[in-house]
Amino acid sequence: MAATASQVVHSPVLDVERVRRDFPILDRTVNGRPLVYLDSGASSQRPVAVLRAVEEYETHSHANIHRGVHALSQAATEAFEGARERVRRFINAHSTKEIIFVRGTTEAINLVAQSFARPRFKPGDEIIVTALEHHANIVPWQMVCEQTGCTLKVAPINKRGELLFDEYLKLLSPRTRLVAVAHVSNALGSILPVKRIVDAAHAQGAVVLVDGAQAVPHSHVDVRALGCDFYAFSGHKLYGPTGIGVLYGREELLESMPPWQGGGDMILTVSFEKTTYSGLPAKFEAGTPNISGAVGLAAAMDYVESLGLDAIAAHEQRIVELATAELEKIPGVQIIGTAANKASIVSFIMDGVHPHDLGTILDHEGVAVRTGHHCAMPLMTFLGLPATARASFAVYNTEKDVAILAAALGKAREVFG
Amino acid sequence: MDLKDLYRDVILDHNKRPRNFGKLEPSDAFADGHNPLCGDRLTVFLRMQGDRVEDIRFDGKGCAISTASASLMTEAIKGRNKVDIGTLFHNIHSLLTQQNAVADPSLGKLAALSGVREYPARVKCASLCWHTLNAALERAAHTEAPATVSTE
Repeated sequence: MAATASQVVHSPVLDVERVRRDFPILDRTVNGRPLVYLDSGASSQRPVAVLRAVEEYETHSHANIHRGVHALSQAATEAFEGARERVRRFINAHSTKEIIFVRGTTEAINLVAQSFARPRFKPGDEIIVTALEHHANIVPWQMVCEQTGCTLKVAPINKRGELLFDEYLKLLSPRTRLVAVAHVSNALGSILPVKRIVDAAHAQGAVVLVDGAQAVPHSHVDVRALGCDFYAFSGHKLYGPTGIGVLYGREELLESMPPWQGGGDMILTVSFEKTTYSGLPAKFEAGTPNISGAVGLAAAMDYVESLGLDAIAAHEQRIVELATAELEKIPGVQIIGTAANKASIVSFIMDGVHPHDLGTILDHEGVAVRTGHHCAMPLMTFLGLPATARASFAVYNTEKDVAILAAALGKAREVFG
Repeated sequence: MDLKDLYRDVILDHNKRPRNFGKLEPSDAFADGHNPLCGDRLTVFLRMQGDRVEDIRFDGKGCAISTASASLMTEAIKGRNKVDIGTLFHNIHSLLTQQNAVADPSLGKLAALSGVREYPARVKCASLCWHTLNAALERAAHTEAPATVSTE
C-alpha cells in the first residue's frame, strides 16, 4: 500500500514451500485430510520463530518487569521494552512512548474511546465510522455516544464494498471530533483510502483512529506517512500470539489523555491523598502486561520482515486473484465484496446453500473458512445477507489450497443438488 | 464420519421444501429465536386449543440444519398437547447432545437429526427452533413471558 517502486523491484520472491515448513500446524490433518487453513483473517498461525521466542523467554528470562533489581526482572524488562522498540520500527512511529501494549485491537479502540473521547466529547459533537466496520470499531463509539450525548454518523459504502468518499466528505464538518475507520475490511477485504480519509478529517480538525487489524499482516504500515492519530492492531493476526496488541497514538494526544485503568506500573507515587501517574507509555499499561506475548509479537515482526512485506503482499494478491477467478467459475457462487482495492480476503455465498452448511462441508474436506456475519452485522444488513463464507489468505497459502477450496465447494454443490 | 450422516435426504428435502413455513394468521402466540453466532433467526407461530397445539408455522432464515429441524418439528408437534411436546423436547435434546443415544421411537422422522451430535458447532442450529417453540408456548400461557430467545 505504501510501497515505493524501488522496494517492489528489490523485494525477494516468496518461496512458499519453505515458508510452509516454518508453520508446524500446517502438517496436521483435519477429518483425515491435509489442513487447508483459510481463516487467517480470524487468527493466523504461528511460525516456529514465534513459538521458539516465546518458549525461550518463558524458559530462561521470565520475571515481572519494571520491578526488581534482580537479573531476571531486568532480562524480562529488556525483552518487553525491546519488543516495544521493535513495534515502533515496524510501523515507523516517532517514539516508543507512542507504542502502548494492549490485549488486542478491541482493547486499543476502547482505550481511545474511554480515555480520549469520553472526557472531552459533548452533545452536538460527532463521531464518523464507515458502514463496513467490525463491531469493535462501532460499539465502543456507541458507548461514548451514550456516555457523552455525542452522535455517531455512518459514512456509506456501495455494493462492491467501497467507501463512498464524497458522502464521507459531506458528513465531515466542524462538529466532527473523531473519525474511526478500518484500514482493510475484515468481512470483504476492501482497502480503504486511509491517507485521504485522514487528510480530509484533519482539515476539519478531527482526529482519526485507524483499525489496522486486517492491514498490518498484508502491507507496510507507516503511521507517519498515513498521518493518522491512532492506529490499532492485534498480534495474533500478524503470526504472533493472542492476547497482545498495539495502540499507536501520537505522543501529544496520548500525553493529554488521562489513564484508562489504574493499578501498578502506571503510577509514580501513591498516597491516599494524591496519586501521580507515570509518563508514557506506562500510564496506559496498568498491571503486569502480557510479556511473553510482546516477545512473540516482536519475533513475528522479525519474521514477516525477513520474508519482506512486499513479497508477502504480492504473493497474497496472486492467491486472492486466483481464488476470485476459480470461485466465480463455480455455478451459483457469488463473490461478496468486489472493491477495486482488496487485500487477502474473498467472501462468498452459494445459491441454495447456507454459509454454515458450506462451512461444515468444507471442514469435512479439511478446509477451514469463517462463516457468519464476521462481527459486522450492520454491513451484512446493508448487503441484505444473513451471513457469508469467508476465505482469508496468508503468506502460507498456495495455489493448491485454492484448488482444494474450489473442489470442496463442488462437493457442497453435489450434496445440496 | 460421512457427510451423508449429517445431510440425510430427509434433511435436504425439508431444507428445500420446508413444511408449515410462513406466518400463521391469526395466531395465539409467537416467539423469535436468534443465534447471534451465525445470525440465524426464526419465528414460531402457534394457534392453541386449550393445551393442544392446533396449528403451528415457522418463518425465518437459517442453515439447512436449522430450517429442516424447524420444519420437522412443526410436523411432529401439530395436534400434540404440552405433555407430549415436553417428552419430545427431552428426547430430541438427548438425541442431539448424547453420544450413542438411541432415537426414541416417539421421535419418528426427527431421528434424522441424529448426525448433528457429531458436529458440536451445529447442535444449536438444530435446537434453536425447539427453544423458540418453548418460548412461544410460554407466551401462549402468559402474555408477559419473553418473546425472544437466544442461543447465547
